[in-house]
Amino acid sequence: MDLFRLKAHELQQKLFRREVSAVEITQSVLARADKVDSTIQSFITRTPEAALAQAKRVDEKLARGEAVSPLAGIPGALKDNMCTKGVKTTCASKILANFVPPYDATITEKLAAADAVIVGKANLDEFAMGSSTENSGFFVTRNPWDTDRVPGGSSGGSGAAVAAGEAIWSLGSDTGGSIRLPAAYCGVVGLKPTYGRVSRYGLVAYASSLDQIGPFARDVRDCALVLGAISGHDRRDSTSINAPVPDYTAKLESGVKGLKIGLPREYFVAGMQPEVEAAIRRSIDELVAMGAELVEVSMPHTQYALATYYLIATAEASSNLGRYDGVGFGHRGEGSDIVSMYKRSRAEGFGPEVQRRIMLGTYALSSGYYDAYYLKALKVRTLIKQDFDRAFGQVDVLIAPIAPTTAFKIGEKVEDPLAMYLVDVCTIPSNLAGVPALSLPCGFADGLPIGMQIIGPHLSEATLLQVAYTFEQAHDYHKQLAAIREVD
Amino acid sequence: MKLNRKDVEHVALLSRLELSETELDKYTGQLDAILEYIDVLNQVDTSAVEPMAHVLDIRNVMRADEVQPSLPREAALQNAPDAEDGFFKVPKIVE
Amino acid sequence: MKFETVIGLEVHTELKTASKIFCGCTTEFGGDQNTHVCPVCLGLPGVLPVLNEKVLEFAIRTGLALNCKISHYSKFDRKNYYYPDLPKNFQTSQYDLPICEGGYLDIEVGGETKRIGITRVHMEEDAGKLVHSGTISNSEYALVDYNRTGVPLLEIVSEPDIRTPEEAKAYLEKIKSILSYIDVSDCKMEEGSLRCDANISLRPVGQEQFGTKAEIKNVNSFKAVQRALEYEQERQEEVLSEGGRIIQETRTWDDSRGVTLSMRNKEQAQDYRYFPEPDLVPIVVDSEQIEAIRRSLPELPDARKARIMKEQGLSAYDAEVITATRPMADYFDALIAAGAEAKAAANWLMGEVSKLLNACSLDIRSCPVPPANLAEMIALIEKGTISGKIAKTVFEAMWNEGKTAPVIVKEQGLVQMSDEGELGNIVEAVIAANPQSVADFNAGKEKAVGFLVGQIMRQTKGRANPELVNRLLKEKLTGK
Ligand SMILES: [Mg+2]
Ligand SMILES: [Zn+2]
Repeated sequence: MDLFRLKAHELQQKLFRREVSAVEITQSVLARADKVDSTIQSFITRTPEAALAQAKRVDEKLARGEAVSPLAGIPGALKDNMCTKGVKTTCASKILANFVPPYDATITEKLAAADAVIVGKANLDEFAMGSSTENSGFFVTRNPWDTDRVPGGSSGGSGAAVAAGEAIWSLGSDTGGSIRLPAAYCGVVGLKPTYGRVSRYGLVAYASSLDQIGPFARDVRDCALVLGAISGHDRRDSTSINAPVPDYTAKLESGVKGLKIGLPREYFVAGMQPEVEAAIRRSIDELVAMGAELVEVSMPHTQYALATYYLIATAEASSNLGRYDGVGFGHRGEGSDIVSMYKRSRAEGFGPEVQRRIMLGTYALSSGYYDAYYLKALKVRTLIKQDFDRAFGQVDVLIAPIAPTTAFKIGEKVEDPLAMYLVDVCTIPSNLAGVPALSLPCGFADGLPIGMQIIGPHLSEATLLQVAYTFEQAHDYHKQLAAIREVD
Repeated sequence: MKLNRKDVEHVALLSRLELSETELDKYTGQLDAILEYIDVLNQVDTSAVEPMAHVLDIRNVMRADEVQPSLPREAALQNAPDAEDGFFKVPKIVE
Repeated sequence: MKFETVIGLEVHTELKTASKIFCGCTTEFGGDQNTHVCPVCLGLPGVLPVLNEKVLEFAIRTGLALNCKISHYSKFDRKNYYYPDLPKNFQTSQYDLPICEGGYLDIEVGGETKRIGITRVHMEEDAGKLVHSGTISNSEYALVDYNRTGVPLLEIVSEPDIRTPEEAKAYLEKIKSILSYIDVSDCKMEEGSLRCDANISLRPVGQEQFGTKAEIKNVNSFKAVQRALEYEQERQEEVLSEGGRIIQETRTWDDSRGVTLSMRNKEQAQDYRYFPEPDLVPIVVDSEQIEAIRRSLPELPDARKARIMKEQGLSAYDAEVITATRPMADYFDALIAAGAEAKAAANWLMGEVSKLLNACSLDIRSCPVPPANLAEMIALIEKGTISGKIAKTVFEAMWNEGKTAPVIVKEQGLVQMSDEGELGNIVEAVIAANPQSVADFNAGKEKAVGFLVGQIMRQTKGRANPELVNRLLKEKLTGK
C-alpha cells in the first residue's frame, strides 16, 4: 500500500489503530519525494532527518498512550516564506538564499505543538509575487498533471507537493490568489481563510493588508483539519482576529439544503476557456439539485479589483521589501559606499518581477502620485468590500471560477506581466475584502484540473467547507493523485 | 505615456535598485503598460468614498510594558553579511 | 533692512518605558552593542509590531500637559527612507492623524510671559546608533548598534512662534521641565533621550509671509541650540542683507567650530512615501480614558510656580528656578514643611545645594542632606547660632559626614560669637595692632574697615557675628 496516496484523516485512523507508524508514513512520503521531486521540483529545502525524528517522537507518544492531535505524525510542507528556526527560509529569492531565521513563525510553533511532521520548504514565486512559480529565483516547479505546465502560483511548490504525493498537506500564503490558483491548477483543495484568522507572525510579508496563510489538502476534511491546527488569535499579530476557533469538521456533513448560493455574473469574464465556464455552471446546477437555492448577484466593482490590487499590494511591498539591503541579513553586493551597496545588493538579489513591483509600488506612493494611485486604490477597495457586504446580505456563499483557464504552459506568459496578472482576476477581490475563499476541484479539461471557487463572508470557513464537502462527496476528483508522466 | 524613462530612473533610485540601460528601457515599457491598465480606476467616482487601509474593524491592540528576553548577540548577527566587534558593519555612509 | 527671526522646534524625547515601543526588548541605556535586540526590532523577515500600551498613555499624558487636544482616532504610518540605522528602512511613525494636536506652553523671557503653540505630538520609534571609523567624511566603513532601535519616542513640534534663540532655549527648558514633572522621560540630552531639530527663517519686519527656512540638526544641548540659532540668524541676515537668497536645506551644527554646515546633498530624492502602517491597527481613545489620565497628572510647573509665589511670597525668578524640575520643587516643599523660611530655603537650594550637586554630578533625589536637616540648619542661622558664612562650612560637613547641623556646630565649636564684651576685646586688640589701617580710615578710606573685619574674622575662625563686628569696629574707630 502506498501510504503517501492517502489522506490525512485516513492516515490518522490507521495511526490510531496502530496499523502503521508515523515513521512508516513519513518514510513513504519521503520516498515518494525522492522519486518525483527531481521532476516536479516542489521543494527548495527538504528536511528528511527532522521529519523522521519528529515521526519517531509521535510514535513514542502513541506508544505511551498519550493523546495527540489529528495532524500528529502526518507529513506536510511549508511554503518557503514561513519562518522556521534553524532551517533556511528563502522566499525563493537569491537575496535570502542563505537566510536562517533565529525564530519560528506562529504557524510553525502551532504545527510543532500539534506534532505535525514537516518534510520541507516548498518553492514559490519570489516573495510570493507571481501566478506560476516561474518567478522563483531558483527553479520552476512543474504541474504534476502535465509537467510542461505551470502549477500556478505563487504557492506552486505547496500545491504541486500535495498533488504529487510529496506531502499529505501543505501551507501556502494567498495575497491575490496564491493558494487558490495552484490548488485549482494542481487539482487539490486550497483555502484562503478570513484575513486575520491565521497569524501572519513569521510569514515573510509581501502585502501586509492582503497576505493570509492557508492550507492545501487532498480533500475537504483534511483541509478542515489543517485549518483548525493553524487558526486562532495571536498576540504577536495586531491584525489577528480574537475569536474562538470552531471544529471545522463539525458541519461537513450538514449538506446544502436551503443554503443560498450567489452567482456573481461579473466573475464570468470574457475570454474564459469554455470548458472551465461549463464546469463551474454544471457544478452550480448540481448544488442546486442537492437543495441549494441559486441567486444571481451583481458585484459591479469586480472589474476594478485587479488594478486596485496592483497598487495596494505593490505599495505595501515596496515598503516591506525595503529591509533587504545587505546590512543585517541576506545577500550583499559590492559597493564602496552604502548607497551603491544597497543598489547593487537589491539589483543582484531581486528578480525582475520583484523589481517591477517594488518600482510600481514606490511610484504609487511617491510625492505627486499618492492621491491619484494609492489613495484612489484604497477608496475603490472600499467599494469592492461594499460589493461583498451587499452580496452577503442576500446569499450565504458565492460560487465563481478560480481562473479563466486551466494551467498554462511554462514560459507562455513570462514576457507579458499584464497577461500574467490577469490570471488572478477572479481571486483578487476576496483578498481586497478580506473574506475567506476556497478552491475545490470540479472537473477536468484535457486532463487538467478545473477549480471552483466558494467565497463566504468573514469567518464563514465552516460554511465554505460544508458546501465543498457536499459537492466533493458526490464526485471522485479527490480520490486520485496526479499520475506523473515521467515516473508513474 | 503614463511615465517615462526619467520617472523610472527616479523610482529606481528611491527603491535603491541599480538598473542597466536595457533594464531601464524594458521596465519603462512594462510599467507604462501596467499604469495604462490601472487607468480604469479613473472610471470610478470615489468623491464620496472613504479610503480603506484595514479590512477588519480591529482597534487598540496593545501589549503590556513588560521586558521580554532579547536574542543572544550571536543569533542577532548570525545572518549579517559583515560584522565586527558585535556590530553590523557597512560600507562608508556618504551624506 | 530690519529682519524678524522665525523659529520652530521639533523635539524628540525618549520615553521611559521598560520595554521598546513594538517589542519586548529592554530600553535600558548602555548595554553591549546589539544585545537589546530581537527579531522584531531587527526588522527580520516576517516580524510584526505590537504597540506598547504605556507609550500611548505617556503620549496622552504629554499631550494633556502641553494643553493639546487628544485625538479620539489615531493611527500609525510608515516613513520610508534608506539609512543603515533603520533596519526596516522605514520608521513607524504618525503622519496625518497624530495622537495630540493644537496645544501650547508658556515661557518666561526677560520677565515676560510668552505663549508658544504646539502643533502636534506624535509617537514613533527611535533608530539605531552608527559608529563611524574616523570622521563621517573620511571613514571607510561604519558600525551599527541596534540597541536603541525601537525605543519609544515622542516628537513634539512647535508652531513657528519663537522669535529669538533665547526664547528657543527657554522653550526647551520648559519642555524638559514638563516632561520630567509628568514622569514620561529622563530628558537626558547627553544620553540622547532629548534631541532637537530647529527650523529658522528670517523675514523683513512687518512682512506677513515667512521667509525660506533652514533646518538645523545635530544639536546636542540647550546651550548649543541657542548658539546654533544665533549663528544661523546672523548667517541668514548677512545673506539677505547682501541681496542673496536663502536655500531651503538641512544644516548640521558643528559644535566645536561653532558653525552650521549645509547637508544639501542628502536632501536629493528625499521622498518619504508615508502610508498607513498595515501591521498596526487604529487607536481609538474615548473621553473617559482621556479624563482619567488628566486626573492622574501631577501639578505642572506653571501651577506650582504660581502656588509657590502666592503661598511663600517668592519672586517670579526664584519660583521659576525652584520649580524647573519636580524633584527640586519637592525638595523645596519639604524644606518649607520642616519649618524653613521660604526665601532662605530658596537661596540655599539655588546656591550651595545646586553648587554641590553639580560638582558631584548628582540629582537632587540623591542629595545626601535630607530636607529636614537643611531646614534645621537654616533655623540655626535664623536664631543667630551660626553665621551665614559659617553655615556654608557646616553644610559641607553635613554633606560629607552625614551628621546634623547641631552636632557639627557642637563638635567643631562653630557657635557664633555674639558676646559684646568678648568680641569688643578682640576688636580693640586688632585696632591696636594695625595703626596704619586706623590712619587710613581716619583719612577717609572706608576700605580699611574691610581689612580690619578680615583680621577679626581670622582671629575668631570666622565665628564672629558679622553685624556685631561691624558695629563695634565703627564705634571704636569713630569713638562713638
Ligand atoms: Mg520624527
Ligand atoms: Zn526587540
